[in-house]
Order: sequence, then C-alpha cells, then structure tokens
Amino acid sequence: MITRPAHEMAAAMDSGEITSVELTQAHLDRISEVDAQVHAFLHVDTEGALTQAKAVDDARARGEKVGPLAGVPLALKDVIVQNGIPTTAGSKILEGWRPPYDATVVTKMKNAGIVILGKTNMDEFAMGSSTENSAYGPTHNPWDLTRIPGGSGGGSSASLAAFQAPLAIGTDTGGSIRQPAAVTGTVGVKPTYGGVSRYGLIAFSSSLDQAGPCARTVLDAALLHEVIAGHDVHDATSIDAPVPQVVHAARNGDVKGMKIGVVKELNGDGYQAGVRSRFEESLELLAKAGAEIVEVSCPNFEYALAAYYLIAPSECSSNLARFDAMRYGIRIGDADGASAESVMNLTREVGFGREVKRRIILGTYALSSGYFDAYYGSAQKVRTLIMQDFNNAFTHADVLVSPTCPTTAFKIGEKANDPLAMYLNDIATIPVNMAGIGGMSLPCGLAPEDGLPVGFQVMAPAMQDQRMYSVGAALEASLLTQWGAPLLSQIPALAVAK
Amino acid sequence: MSTLSRSDVAHLARLARIDMTDPELDSLASELDVILEAVARVQEVATDDILPTSHPLPLRNVARPDVVTPSLSPKDALSGAPASEDQRFRVPQILGEEA
Repeated sequence: MITRPAHEMAAAMDSGEITSVELTQAHLDRISEVDAQVHAFLHVDTEGALTQAKAVDDARARGEKVGPLAGVPLALKDVIVQNGIPTTAGSKILEGWRPPYDATVVTKMKNAGIVILGKTNMDEFAMGSSTENSAYGPTHNPWDLTRIPGGSGGGSSASLAAFQAPLAIGTDTGGSIRQPAAVTGTVGVKPTYGGVSRYGLIAFSSSLDQAGPCARTVLDAALLHEVIAGHDVHDATSIDAPVPQVVHAARNGDVKGMKIGVVKELNGDGYQAGVRSRFEESLELLAKAGAEIVEVSCPNFEYALAAYYLIAPSECSSNLARFDAMRYGIRIGDADGASAESVMNLTREVGFGREVKRRIILGTYALSSGYFDAYYGSAQKVRTLIMQDFNNAFTHADVLVSPTCPTTAFKIGEKANDPLAMYLNDIATIPVNMAGIGGMSLPCGLAPEDGLPVGFQVMAPAMQDQRMYSVGAALEASLLTQWGAPLLSQIPALAVAK
Repeated sequence: MSTLSRSDVAHLARLARIDMTDPELDSLASELDVILEAVARVQEVATDDILPTSHPLPLRNVARPDVVTPSLSPKDALSGAPASEDQRFRVPQILGEEA
C-alpha cells in the first residue's frame, strides 16, 4: 500500500479496504525501518499523526463527507511552522523551538484531513541545493545513498522516493521544490507566486519564496495543490482570485493543440548527455500526444543566476535579522553584565551555519550604500529583463519547457566547498522565481550513463498553473505506457517488498 | 570591480551582528571575491533605461477594519523566549551601567 499513489490510498480508505490509522502506522513503520539510512526526517510526530488519523477514520465511520486526501499521510518541510511541533528550518539557531501557531498551509491540510507525519530535513533556512547545509546532517538520496537528494527540500523529496510518505510540502525560492523532485524521480510544483499563502513559512527571500506540493504522481500533486492554494488574509501578497483548475487539468492531461516552447538557453552546453536525451524523448512523446513543439529564446536568462545571488542574499540579510536571541531560539553568552549586542553577535555566530553567514554578508554588502546601485539595483533591472523574456516567450507558446537541472544527483561532499559550482545547479529553475510564475518538475526517465533520475520542467504564466498539470499528466501517461510501471519501481536502494 | 579585504568583511560582519572568528573572516574574504566577480555580470545588461523590479506582483497596501480579532495569548507569545518576566521578553542590558 505505501508504494501506491495518494489518490489510490484515499480511495482504499473510502472503500473500507484500509483505515487511516493502519495507513499512517505503515508509514511510521517504514520511517523506522529506513530513516537511519535516508535521514529525511528531523522530527517524527508519531502520536500526533495517529491522533489525526483516528479523527479522520471516525469522521468516515460517521458517514461525514471528507476531502479527497483525507487520511493520507504527508511529510512537512521544516521551514513551515506547525503548532507545538519542533521547527528548526534546518538551523541550530532555532533548536528546540516549538511554534505557538499553525502556518496557513498547515491549517488547510488539517482541515482537509491530511495526516502530518513529521518535519523534513532541509538546507539551513532553505539556502542550498543538496541538503548538506542542514545543521542536523545531510539527507541521502534513496536512489543512491552516497548522493544528494537535492535541496533545499531534500528531506521532502527523499521521503517520497523512500516511500516514507506519499505526499510532502516543499518551498521553492530558486528551485528548492523542483530540483529535489528532479534528482529523486518525484513530482514537485512551485505554484504561481502568491498562489499559496506564505503565512507561517519562515522567510528566506520574501519576493521569491513559495510553498508548493510534492508527490509521486502529477494528479496527487494537483490534489494537494488545491488543498493548500488560495487567498489568505494573513498574507497580503497572496492572490485574491480563484485557484486554477489544476485537478481537472491533471485528470484530463490534454495537450492537443497546445504550443510547447523549448527554451533554447536552458539546454545544450553544460547539460549532461543523458539529461538531454531524456528531455528530447519527452518532447517527442508530447508531440505524439498532439502538442506543437516550438523553440523560444530568452536571451537574458544567462544573467538570472547572477541576479538571483544578489537578490536572494539581500532579502535574506534583512529577513534573518529577526534571529536576534531575544524572542525565540537559542541565546548564547547571556552572562552577568553582557550587553544585548554581544549576546546577539555571539548567538548569530554560533547559531548560523557557513552558507547562511556567507549569504548574509553578501547581502549586507550588496545593500550597503555606495554599492547598492551596482549590485542590488542592477539585479532588479535584470529581473525586469527576465520577466520581459518570459512575456515575449509566452506570446509564442502556452507553456515553456526545459530540463529541470543540468545534471543528475551529484555525490554528497562533491560541491560542498565550491559555492559557485553548487549555485550552477539552479540555473534552469531560478528564472521562474524571478518572474513569479509557476514551474513543475516531473520524472522523465533515467540517464543511461548513471541510472539516475532526470527531471522535465514545465513553466506556465502566472495563475495559469493548470497548464503545467495538463502537460505533466500527458507526459506522465505516455512515459508510464513506455515504462510499464512507475519510475520509482526501478529504485535500487531501499526497495520495498511487493 | 572592487575586491573585499579581510577588514571589509569584518566591517560587514559587525553590521550583520555576527561575531566571526579570524579563520572565518579569512575564508569568507576570498570566497566572496569569487562570488562577487560572478554576480557582477548583472552590470553588463543593467542599463539606465530599464526600470528595476522589486517584486513579481504589483503590490498595494492592504487594510482591514480596526477591530480586535483573536491572537496569541501572552503565554503563547512568550513560549519560545530564551527568557521572560512579567509577561515580557527579558533581554540582556541594552545601555551601559551608568545610563
């Protein structure tokens, strides 16, 4: 049962084949069995999960109408607060903190009967592409335990691939949902900016951050998307408009007559051969399904990475000022007579990891007087150019596509001491965040040279998220026919007894 | 473009309220040089005629009626505080002894 898609688990509960308590217990058992090897979870809420599951079972038994994912377990990225549950954002500075409230996405999931199993590992404050920057140690890719599961949401993606949870929540600032999905052979969606409330999401870069669904199938992602999306009075940047019809699109998977634009600049040099071949084959499948494939050019995308590594650090240097050792988190050096400033300085030195400090200093520099125009100001202009490139490309195509990442999962430790090489991993995912549009990654096969998953990225204009699900579902259906079974059934490590 | 000296990084660390060690300052100075050189590429295309974008959405102020709604209790609000006293956050001294 734990290898099935979430919507099939829900159907099995509706028909009485299994209860949510049994299903939740099966996932808790799986976590106990494999998490010493994967390390996807920072905290497992056994008691809370079983209590939630029992409540859903009782509601079903009373004949109450429950939501389409009621009783299905989920793994929550540790950057999202859940009332009373330890939340660290992968940082030592928040060790031991228990939030006094629920994020809006958590409230919505609880209302929908989704069972939250626990909190997943991540790069500290979502800064990273490998989950190696977690203060609590790295997560391992279930396809090959010596490799990274992507980042920053590596715990969420690994938990799906290791069958520890059928659904997960991620957050995506520069690719932190899509890149982990790509390297673990799972599905991840960054909704349109403002499509999902950020209330209760610990802020990294507020103009880029967006929570979204992670799953093993496109339809499961759509069902979760509908649960968490929508306007929220607690987030003034959440969009006050109807949620795009993503479930409808995922059920139909219709791409007939759709124009699919291949972004010329997000392919070619620097992309692994096996990534390119799987991507090209996917384009052929979409053409066979009735889509028209066109090429589009976005010449300013080559500046996106540089602009991102000014904008995100600038915003983070401001956002992370809240960790001042006064209201929450750890406090270091509070000896008799110590000043507030020295306590603050010591706490931040001890509490923040290397990458977080690097970005705070970079952002502080980019925002300082005399350098503001040259760095942050210029980066904001590049952001304008990237949005113009997207607007122009979307006059030629309904959606845009590219490989999600230039390579498959790299080895743990391989890029740990080379920040620039690490940043390059996000080259194809960052433009989407800069423009605030939607992006999806879904598995499109294994690279022949290393047998590791390749991600296919679909991008859609703001609030046209349903188009990603149409394309994703069409491609997924064609690939499934070709493979005969889901890609994850080929996973060599941590195989589940059938 | 400008290169960052160790004392520049020490100044930035003070501004950012991080009490960095000497080895950290040394390694950050050389890493940031490499990163700054790479990100300075934005200046190649950021010409005067382009308007900057700070946010993907057209932002506007959002107001609501001035009525009291449920919020955290003092106990909950203080639940994560490293130290508290009399329903307030207790902080180390901010001013010197003589003040």
